[in-house]
Amino acid sequence: MLLCLSFRCYVLPVVNKNPMATISDVKPAEALLSNDEILRYSRHLIMPEVGMEGQQKLKAAKVLCIGAGGLGSPLALYLTAAGVGTLGIVDFDVVDYTNLQRQIIHTTADVGRKKLDSAADKLTAINPYLNLRTFDTKLTSANALELFREFDIVADGTDNFPTRYLVNDACVLTGKPNVYGSIFRFEGQASVFATEDGPCYRCLYPEPPPPGLVPSCAEGGVLGILPGLVGVIQATETIKLILGQGDPLVGRLLLVDALGMKFRELKLRKNPDCPVCGTHRTITELIDYDQFCGIRGQEEPAGNDIPSISVEDLKKKLDAKADVFILDVREPHEYQICHLNGYLIPVGDLPKRVSELDSSREIVAHCKMGGRSAKAVNFLRRAGFTKVYNLTGGITAWAERIDPKMPKY
Amino acid sequence: MPQIQIPSPLRQYSGKQASINVPAKTVGEALAGLVSQHPDLKRHLYNDEGKLRTFVNVYVNDEDMRYLQKEATELKDGDTISIVPSIAGGGTI
Repeated sequence: MLLCLSFRCYVLPVVNKNPMATISDVKPAEALLSNDEILRYSRHLIMPEVGMEGQQKLKAAKVLCIGAGGLGSPLALYLTAAGVGTLGIVDFDVVDYTNLQRQIIHTTADVGRKKLDSAADKLTAINPYLNLRTFDTKLTSANALELFREFDIVADGTDNFPTRYLVNDACVLTGKPNVYGSIFRFEGQASVFATEDGPCYRCLYPEPPPPGLVPSCAEGGVLGILPGLVGVIQATETIKLILGQGDPLVGRLLLVDALGMKFRELKLRKNPDCPVCGTHRTITELIDYDQFCGIRGQEEPAGNDIPSISVEDLKKKLDAKADVFILDVREPHEYQICHLNGYLIPVGDLPKRVSELDSSREIVAHCKMGGRSAKAVNFLRRAGFTKVYNLTGGITAWAERIDPKMPKY
Repeated sequence: MPQIQIPSPLRQYSGKQASINVPAKTVGEALAGLVSQHPDLKRHLYNDEGKLRTFVNVYVNDEDMRYLQKEATELKDGDTISIVPSIAGGGTI
């Protein structure tokens, strides 16, 4: 007890051994720990790398987490448990069943709730000392700078390219480190961007891929534990930046291959020609990131000008025993989940298997949502097929509107 | 023989192979050899002008080829070339 008391009075004139200009407004000396907090963080306090000084830095730190999804879940949970004093979360999404396989901050009972409300319950239950700030909004060019200025570090748990570039540019413009993580299937990337002397995301990737060229996780899937692995790496880097301890992932890109369980490291350099952090900067304010990423308007199912058919009209044709050839362009493992007795040719195999199709017949192509089959219809039309149509909304629309017993995935 | 590591988003165009050995003296030759073995990869790696796409980075061992001699970078036996495309996460775009 006496020891605790003496600890509590031990107000340090804190000297950051590894000073970072970017988190200079942290005032650890003012972030006193109560006896209950000292007990809670005892396994930190007995480590010289953290100690009272480090724990007070954590308490004084303000971390903004973009997204409360796959990466955001482990990030927010661990940062909260570790004693980060102020945690902001930006999210506007609602929990759905397909989230639960990886977004471990949410439970089955939370389906339908706002992710922010669900996350807030768990986080305040873990650590009542947390100052949680929730922002029920989409991060945009209009709000990002103002928001980032209120925090010391930004942890990027987003799931799309426009927001990634927005987060990066806003971090560079406000001088906040960007703790980056990204996942696809069973591979992940992590790094720390936009520190004073380090590279930024644009140094690595000046431009995003055009939409549709790289499959998304919704198409390609993601191993449920992968965001756990990568999100925990992000949380670790965030804590290290706050403590000023260890070697942060600045100038290094960590590649995680969960299937091979291999961790590789690639060198990243600050690109002198980088448009946002280079020597001749052309981006000095936030831009329209949807336009930059080639996305016009909302995420339209690919190709509105593609000849298409609704699930209702297809049902009528099938009921009338019309001669309709159903072409399923999904992958074999998707066919196993549910199907319309279609002929299976994955969209990637279509060019070399096109001879299996009869161009004289009416063909209705479908996939899960309508994106891949739109590409297939485009391809077949160019190949001379005139009676080929895209099933709008894919097999998901069929499950929703025609056959409610069919599983959705 | 240099080995080219194919990232999972592009494996659907490489006959599902995770790594491919290509006889080559330079990075440019290795990539050309890869694309001739797997023509479907071409439009994912190169733009219409035949230049490598900006969201695809190529590493020789742990070094970005942009900071070596780019496509002219010479290869030694046992070198690993990694294709590292940008990945964003779960969003449908």
